[in-house]
Amino acid sequence: MSMKFTIRHVEGITVLDLSGKITLGEGSVTIRDAVRDVLSTGSTKILLNLGDVNYIDSSGIGELVSALTAVKNAGGQLKLLNLTKKVQDLLQITKLYTVFDIFDSEPEALASYSK
Amino acid sequence: MKDRISMTLDSVLASVETVETTAEAYARKAGFDEDTASNISMVTREAAVNAVLHGNKKDPAKHVTATFEITPEDLRISIADEGPGLDPDAIPDPLAPENVLRPSGRGVFLMRAYMDEVHFRQLTPGTEITMVKRRA
Repeated sequence: MSMKFTIRHVEGITVLDLSGKITLGEGSVTIRDAVRDVLSTGSTKILLNLGDVNYIDSSGIGELVSALTAVKNAGGQLKLLNLTKKVQDLLQITKLYTVFDIFDSEPEALASYSK
Repeated sequence: MKDRISMTLDSVLASVETVETTAEAYARKAGFDEDTASNISMVTREAAVNAVLHGNKKDPAKHVTATFEITPEDLRISIADEGPGLDPDAIPDPLAPENVLRPSGRGVFLMRAYMDEVHFRQLTPGTEITMVKRRA
């Protein structure tokens, strides 16, 4: 199953609820397009909810890094929510766990954005 | 399911799915738990993606050979392409500070992280990568 996502707007923050696989040729292109589309609307506070992402490969990791870079370059903030153990393990062994702001609680994540 | 299978595949992304699915099935047959089998299939996917995209460059005249073997000691997965060859020592370290934020270059690193052994062999032409995971 490829990746799907829905978009919510909460307290001025764009929340993308992702589900499925983020892999080469499937979810990875979708996440790139989704973040680019959000930035094009002028919204630069983005929260990626990965709670239902059960599979990610190196291309998917690369897409998360690219998304982070794109949002930072736009002067915004991109944070991650609800990592599964598999994704958390991957970010840890690739030393990316400390590069991202990561939360287990959506209210805490939303409150962390600078106003 | 036999203890050893070898398949020759076209250089298309659909072949990656075939290799990935077969890796998961062999990992489970070898007795690995669900998480470990998932990681084995993920890194096998990485090897297959490299073979299709970077090795064979999707050339329809070139093929990818995937071999899966369960021995009493381990699971051995080999992925071979017919590309120009690869120098594994030339692959940048994705954990180096200057590389951590690069969007690519983590595939071989993940293979080494999740498997017990990773070997490269130069073919004429091509590259064969063999990954070994020891059974408990």
